[in-house]
Amino acid sequence: MSNETISRPGTGRPADATTGKAGGRPADRVFLGLSTGSAALIMVILAAVALFLIIRAAPAIAANWTTDPNLSHGTTAGHADFWSYVLPLIWGTLWSSAIALVIGAPIAIGIALFISHYAPRRLAGILGYLVDLLAAVPSVVFGLWGIFVIRPFLLPAEQWLVQHLGWIPLFEGPQSGTGSTMLAGGIVLAVMILPIVTSISREIFLQTPRLHEEAALALGATRWEMIRYAVFPYARSGWSAPSCSGSAGRSGRPWRWR
Amino acid sequence: MSTGTIGKRGAARRPQANSLTSGQLPRFFELYALAGSLFVAAGLLAIMGFNVVGWLVASAILYLVSLGAFSSIVENRRRATDRVVRGLVIVAFLLAVIPLVSTLWEVVSRGIPALDWDFISTSSGATFDPSTLKVTVRYGALQSIVGTLIITGIAAVISIPIGILTAVYLVEYARPGNWMARTVTFLVDVMTGIPSIVAGLFAFSLFSILVGPKAFSGFSASVALSVLMIPIVVRSSEEMLKLVPQELREASYALGVSRFSTITKVVLRTAVAGLVTGVMLAIARVIGETAPIFIAASFSNNFNADPFHDPMNTLAVQIYAAFKFPGQDVAQSFQSAWGAAVLLVILVVILNLIARLVARFFAPRGLR
Repeated sequence: MSNETISRPGTGRPADATTGKAGGRPADRVFLGLSTGSAALIMVILAAVALFLIIRAAPAIAANWTTDPNLSHGTTAGHADFWSYVLPLIWGTLWSSAIALVIGAPIAIGIALFISHYAPRRLAGILGYLVDLLAAVPSVVFGLWGIFVIRPFLLPAEQWLVQHLGWIPLFEGPQSGTGSTMLAGGIVLAVMILPIVTSISREIFLQTPRLHEEAALALGATRWEMIRYAVFPYARSGWSAPSCSGSAGRSGRPWRWR
Repeated sequence: MSTGTIGKRGAARRPQANSLTSGQLPRFFELYALAGSLFVAAGLLAIMGFNVVGWLVASAILYLVSLGAFSSIVENRRRATDRVVRGLVIVAFLLAVIPLVSTLWEVVSRGIPALDWDFISTSSGATFDPSTLKVTVRYGALQSIVGTLIITGIAAVISIPIGILTAVYLVEYARPGNWMARTVTFLVDVMTGIPSIVAGLFAFSLFSILVGPKAFSGFSASVALSVLMIPIVVRSSEEMLKLVPQELREASYALGVSRFSTITKVVLRTAVAGLVTGVMLAIARVIGETAPIFIAASFSNNFNADPFHDPMNTLAVQIYAAFKFPGQDVAQSFQSAWGAAVLLVILVVILNLIARLVARFFAPRGLR
């Protein structure tokens, strides 16, 4: 029991806990009620979000899209049913997230390694803060940046791809005139997932026991071998998780600025 | 004796002056290699047509390749791999700094021209001059600044108590393994993953049932932001409360102090710096949200300080709207978007700075 109290802070109980109640004073009872109520409120909010989504979405999924007066014109015109409308959107979400992940995850892991194992200890904190600053930039500002910087920047590269690698179906023309492409979107998303993937990877890399690292170095391993044979195996279990949650958080962003 | 043998053997294999450094690249070789590759890349690009990006990319590739080649010739493959990986890791970091610097540079350089006192102190609007029959469109950010502060403020007022109290429940009251604690922890995780636009849809449909159609209001946007903010506050507060040493609680209980007083006067008091930091970062996170506010509060160029009626604007939405629905003068509209972006970034940076400073100066000794 005492072991448990020490290992998990905050579960120590005063004597009155034996009765299962939270003390007799009114303030105690009110405070217990308030905090339990807040926890319960979170369940209620989430249930409400789920319920509203289902209730509002069900008619659109069930409706006949060719005859429904709300759906047969405008942006939803010409779709036989819900799935024919939404499948391209699902594809776009997955595709842009995949691009973001392919570009962002290796870079983020590199940064995490740099901060945790390469940078001088004194610099590491400042560099970590720099990466955190990326997380502070509002998504809409990244959207503007994507339009005004990434799009024109990518145009020549895309032109080159279409001209020289056009025989690969992926790079087939015609080229987008404005540079408003999935690649541009994917790059912006990649920048946006960098901070979270970096910080989670950093935490994981730092969990490697010091002694494992020192043992590897003492056996004559170079720094990279130490990372490869001591840090990575230790981090493997947590490795795929940060990349995925990083991209999950971002794929809900609506910045497909067409 | 033994040193002598090693020295002799080294000398026999590679006739060099200093046996300790034999088989190694010179000490500052990486710097030379970097300078060399920058120079060579500049030379190559000068022939093909110079641009900065191409130059940096070419020198990075040249650097990595030449480093690997030299090292594997002079040293061995293991060392070469090590050096190349170090180079790659540094390149990865520089790659992350580029978007940060570039974004901030674009925001500042394009936004500052739009930013003057008129922009901050007036709302957008159009004036009609009867004598010349001309309509002049004016871009201002006052309605957005006020809207941002009101909407985020209400969201903070809703989320901070709920978030901190939930964290108190999880850390102080719930027994480990309690079903409710486990459920709430799991649901907070789920809530963190709610896409912001879904939170906006939720608030909008909730209020369109409560209030009726066209239920755009600042308050409904605040509710949407709260859905996003509560899990962040719970997470950070939970971490902070767990950092409070168990001995402090036990000492307080041993003195016969009630649980309420222990929590408010010992636990929360000790963790206050961390709590404030977490809250500030949570506010900074939601202040730049666009989609939920765009859906729940719509957007408007009119000044509106009443959160319960009529559409409201925020800086993030103004940026989006100015780009998506530019007025007659597209360039001017874009410029106002950049102006609003500067203001938004300034707000976020201030919040982040406050968070860092509070964490730094008010942290209890020993946790610093």
